[in-house]
Amino acid sequence: MITRLDDQELKRKSRRQLLKLAPIAVLGAFAIPKLRDRLVEEGVRFSDWASGATFRSQHLAQTFSNSEVVPFEKFPYNGYDVLDPEVDLEKWTLTVEGDVQHPGEYTLAQIQALPKLSQNTRHICVEGWDVVGSFGGTRISDFLKLVGANTGANFLEVECADDYYESIDMASALHPQSLMCYEMYGQPLDRKHGAPLRLQMPTKLGYKQAKYLDTVRVTNILKPGKTGYWEDQGYSWYGGL
Amino acid sequence: MPNDENGNNNNNNEAKKDSVPQPDPVPTAEAGPVEATVARMEMVADQTAPQESAPSAPVAIELTAEEDPSLVRAAYEHPLPIRITHWVNAISLFVMVTSGLRIFRAFPSFGPKIPEQVLLTIPRYVTLGGWLGGALQWHFTFMWFFVASGVLYVAYQVFRGHYRTMLFLPRDVAGVWPMARHYFFFGPKPAAAGQYNPLQKLAYTSTIGFGVLSLLTGLVLFKPAQFSGLAFLFGGFHLTRIWHFAAMCGFLAFIPGHLIMVLLHGWSNFYSMLSGWKREPEYQE
Repeated sequence: MITRLDDQELKRKSRRQLLKLAPIAVLGAFAIPKLRDRLVEEGVRFSDWASGATFRSQHLAQTFSNSEVVPFEKFPYNGYDVLDPEVDLEKWTLTVEGDVQHPGEYTLAQIQALPKLSQNTRHICVEGWDVVGSFGGTRISDFLKLVGANTGANFLEVECADDYYESIDMASALHPQSLMCYEMYGQPLDRKHGAPLRLQMPTKLGYKQAKYLDTVRVTNILKPGKTGYWEDQGYSWYGGL
Repeated sequence: MPNDENGNNNNNNEAKKDSVPQPDPVPTAEAGPVEATVARMEMVADQTAPQESAPSAPVAIELTAEEDPSLVRAAYEHPLPIRITHWVNAISLFVMVTSGLRIFRAFPSFGPKIPEQVLLTIPRYVTLGGWLGGALQWHFTFMWFFVASGVLYVAYQVFRGHYRTMLFLPRDVAGVWPMARHYFFFGPKPAAAGQYNPLQKLAYTSTIGFGVLSLLTGLVLFKPAQFSGLAFLFGGFHLTRIWHFAAMCGFLAFIPGHLIMVLLHGWSNFYSMLSGWKREPEYQE
């Protein structure tokens, strides 16, 4: 629609309309170094909140046939520090603490006595690569039942033999595909993959799949700055898929 | 700018010459209102020279707003919601591309992890975030701005019906090549038939396509288990990553062309995306 108006009037109208764009300047806060880090952390927090709110607790991640699984030697070893923290597998026990009825030490045999689930699922790294692997173990939900955990609590915290640490939301822990994994490719977990016990949750990114589990804690509160090794440096805490 | 009206009249003449054979400039009773106006304006321009001898009927008519040479032709092209979403989207797109390239840098391949084949090395200085975690923070923050501005933009265009002026349709296909020939190979300028020419329509409509593609593939990469059906549609998680990258390539193809065109078309054109008002638009209606 072309109109004709006085030059001064056009300038006045243009200026007034230009000023209406002022709210966009709020985004300039992202250019201020002091505010920037806080703002993008809040952005990730919001994304995490949205992820948790839309998580479908019974929706299964895709599973694969044995022919679609990558060969064992093409499943990457990944660790933040040492690949083999030299866990004494003979004497190993899992410490269970926090909001549980039966805290204490649990042996691998006790965990393996629970129903076993084997599944071929996709392991996705935050870096962008993915592999379909074969995993066996017991459902975290079954283990939590065994130790009498309060599944109404918010979080599951784990500590590892290599000083790695992680925490996950209870809904993801209770997901039917979330495993306390002690087998890969039908063999006992090897040392570099986290022997004797690791987390394996196809609804979480790789850095959430803590290896060489040492302690499991059921809790309602996470200590700030102690929510996960990578999370404390800026990765998304939820890390959900 | 006192020469505005004259410049405008010259433009009209040129446009006329390019499109249809110029009829006798003397207006007739049969001429449509637009034709008559153009013809009369030409007459007015000619009046700068003394022309006592043949005072024709149109000159005698009192000047209306349409004809007053002291007034400026202008169009309110871009309503506020369009301007806001355009700029928020532009900023978000910049952040999404630069942080996305930093994320890609962590695993610059579409193949397996073992053995890893580096597809291309992304230079640090075109990336945002400093490291993978920092880039992800930017990406996960600005994806909300990117999607919100994109959805609001499309919703507003549909709501106002304005999408019709820029949606690329099969009938626009024929006009793409003449326009590209004009821009890139100095061909003749095709007559302007609306606010946007076929090449512009193609470019703008494509960006909506790239946006939809990057949103859908982004959802799959962000939540492949939750959106497993969508992942299947794109050929699985692994392929989706390629589609997501392809959508970015689409944007990267669009942006330089868009910026060059903005530069070529001058301040008034650029300023219209800030103020909404375009001075002396190159089209007629």
